[in-house]
Amino acid sequence: MTCRGWIKFRSVAALTVVVALGTAAIAAAQPQSGIVRPTYEPPKPSLKLGEQLYAGNCSTCHGIAGAGITRGRLGAGHVLGEGPPLRNVGAQGADFYLRMGFMPLRNIYSQPGPQRTRVLFTNKEIESMVMYVASLGHGPGIPHPDPAKGNLSTGLQLFTDHCAGCHQVLARGGFVTGALVPPLQTLTDRQIAQAVRIGPYLMPRFSPKQISNAQLDSIIKYVQWTNRPDNRGGWGIGNVGPIPEGLVAWWIAAPLLLIACALIGRRFKRS
Amino acid sequence: MIDPVRDPVRFIDERTSAAPLIKKAMRYLFPDHWSFLLGEVVLYSFIVLIATGIYLTLFFVPSTAHTIYHGPYKPLDGQTVSDAYKSAVNLSFSVKAGLLMRQTHHWAADVFIAAMAMHLMRVFFTGAFRKPRELIWLIGLLLLFTSLLEGYLGYSLVDDLLSGMGLAIGYGVGLSIPVIGGPMTLAIFGAPFPGKPEFWSRMFITHVLLIPLLLAVLIGLHLSLVAARHHTQFKESARHTERRVVGLPTFPAQTPRSIALLLFTAAVLFLLGGLIQINPIWQWGPFEPWLATNGAQPDWYLGWLIGALRLMPSFDVTVGHFTLVPNPFWGGVLFPLFVLAVLAAFPWVERRLTGDRRVHNLADRPRNAPNRTAFGVAFLSWVFLIFVFGAADRIFVLWGLSYDTQLFMFRIGIWVVPLVLFFVVRRVCRELRAADLLEEDQERAERAVAQREGAVRAGT
Repeated sequence: MTCRGWIKFRSVAALTVVVALGTAAIAAAQPQSGIVRPTYEPPKPSLKLGEQLYAGNCSTCHGIAGAGITRGRLGAGHVLGEGPPLRNVGAQGADFYLRMGFMPLRNIYSQPGPQRTRVLFTNKEIESMVMYVASLGHGPGIPHPDPAKGNLSTGLQLFTDHCAGCHQVLARGGFVTGALVPPLQTLTDRQIAQAVRIGPYLMPRFSPKQISNAQLDSIIKYVQWTNRPDNRGGWGIGNVGPIPEGLVAWWIAAPLLLIACALIGRRFKRS
Repeated sequence: MIDPVRDPVRFIDERTSAAPLIKKAMRYLFPDHWSFLLGEVVLYSFIVLIATGIYLTLFFVPSTAHTIYHGPYKPLDGQTVSDAYKSAVNLSFSVKAGLLMRQTHHWAADVFIAAMAMHLMRVFFTGAFRKPRELIWLIGLLLLFTSLLEGYLGYSLVDDLLSGMGLAIGYGVGLSIPVIGGPMTLAIFGAPFPGKPEFWSRMFITHVLLIPLLLAVLIGLHLSLVAARHHTQFKESARHTERRVVGLPTFPAQTPRSIALLLFTAAVLFLLGGLIQINPIWQWGPFEPWLATNGAQPDWYLGWLIGALRLMPSFDVTVGHFTLVPNPFWGGVLFPLFVLAVLAAFPWVERRLTGDRRVHNLADRPRNAPNRTAFGVAFLSWVFLIFVFGAADRIFVLWGLSYDTQLFMFRIGIWVVPLVLFFVVRRVCRELRAADLLEEDQERAERAVAQREGAVRAGT
């Protein structure tokens, strides 16, 4: 299947064409990652740096000043650029996609959907780009959840209501038609809150009317709890249910019992 | 003077005249080949199941009435749950040895059916189902399929998230049976899913009394018929013939071996129960009809049905606007019935194909029946591949092989792999047998040479 709109960016090893848009930056090609950087980076995050980085690395697909590109056109490295507008995604969206390693896409053909792969920008650069994207419109800011205020039991309940159908009840991830659902154990509180509010790829986005900030705190508390669930039964074998249990039955119990039979019984020997 | 052995024995014998019977039982001969012990592992798992199951019934409340959970498990604190679920969680947290018993019970169920499958393979591949043991074979199959239902009920009773989802699938598959499915499933559930509260009582009595009783009767019948016809044996020496049973007497030879195996089986099951977590229902949380979790799976022994449901192309048989055969019927009902029918009919089919109608007390080595062995491996691989596909979602998560790719691969693979295996296995069996014959020839020739040399030496 295709994911319309995201596509068309490539980590270009031989990227020598500098994209000059707006107040374009003079960039040095960096073959390993394909990231275009201005020759001079200020020591602190700045709107200007964000703008330059945006122009060099994002605008091929997301368009000039976050206008988006709906009909693909050739951009840097002869990549057919096409991507959603970023005018009103705000700091929240930019921070989430950049910090999680969704963006820039590792592979324009990456299916299904953008993959969480690697972070190519420094913290300073990300902060700058987030500032820039936030300045493009009236989007939501970066959320600041406080799971300490949440309630674990409410969290489990809400998580089962809204999330477990895709993420598995212990947030171990799984599969839904068209996408791989990631496990949530490695996420920070902020990333969980952002994902809930943004709804990346196939995930629905939940507004504060559907899940209030207080409820979100409880959900985050529960998700963080799944890092160390109560495995009082012994070895948790992954906390994903009967598949590992079946493996234990066949690869631990059955061999032990077969060995016992072989020791007690006699082997075939023609005399 | 009272003799502590003779007197009680005489006392009993004078009142029951059981001595000849006991004597016969003690002289009954058991096979000593290791593979014949697999059936005993099944029996001992069953004993562990009964023992742990009785303990669980002392604390389990089979009711869907709602109640509020308050207890040591914080993520559930204050939640509305059913009595059944709450009692199962309490059993795991607050009852002495409760969790050990629950986990051992569940492991024993998994191992019980795994051991049954291995026992079935042994019987199949050695041709031990042939005349005069067809009835034993049929009862064994009945035991296996009844156990699948029993396991499913146990999994469903607890009313956690997984069991509720399992019941929803069972309900859907039940409805899919042509014509009678609707009324029958509604009669069992009492009302549309999730059913009436009485449904829980029905499941409970079936799980803790009716089916265990049926299993016990069938096991008794199975063993009586085995005893009546004796075990099969391999042709290992001239002493092993169709008419003579070679083996170890019950006492003193077999009894310690059996006791050792019983203890070992129980030890393995209790160790698993104590060390490896199984079905942590407190983590799954309670079930409500609108809830679901990704990656829900049945216990392994029903995985082949989930695999078949997923693998089956989507089509129904419709007459006008009436759906005569809904899709879940193919994978959920027809597929297991077909597997059962093939296994049940096999003794007679084989007899028809080979024209061999004789009585067989000697077991075949698998290589000596290449066609049967090849068919068995092919059929097993067919069921096994369908079983594996039941875990396709986990395979995707673990190894990134997309679900659609797997669907495509398996829809072809389940036909191609068994076909290839059939010819490969048959060839391997024939080669092994040829090698055996060659070896026998060689030995015979060497013996002849040795004899002649001996004669020559004696002559000089």
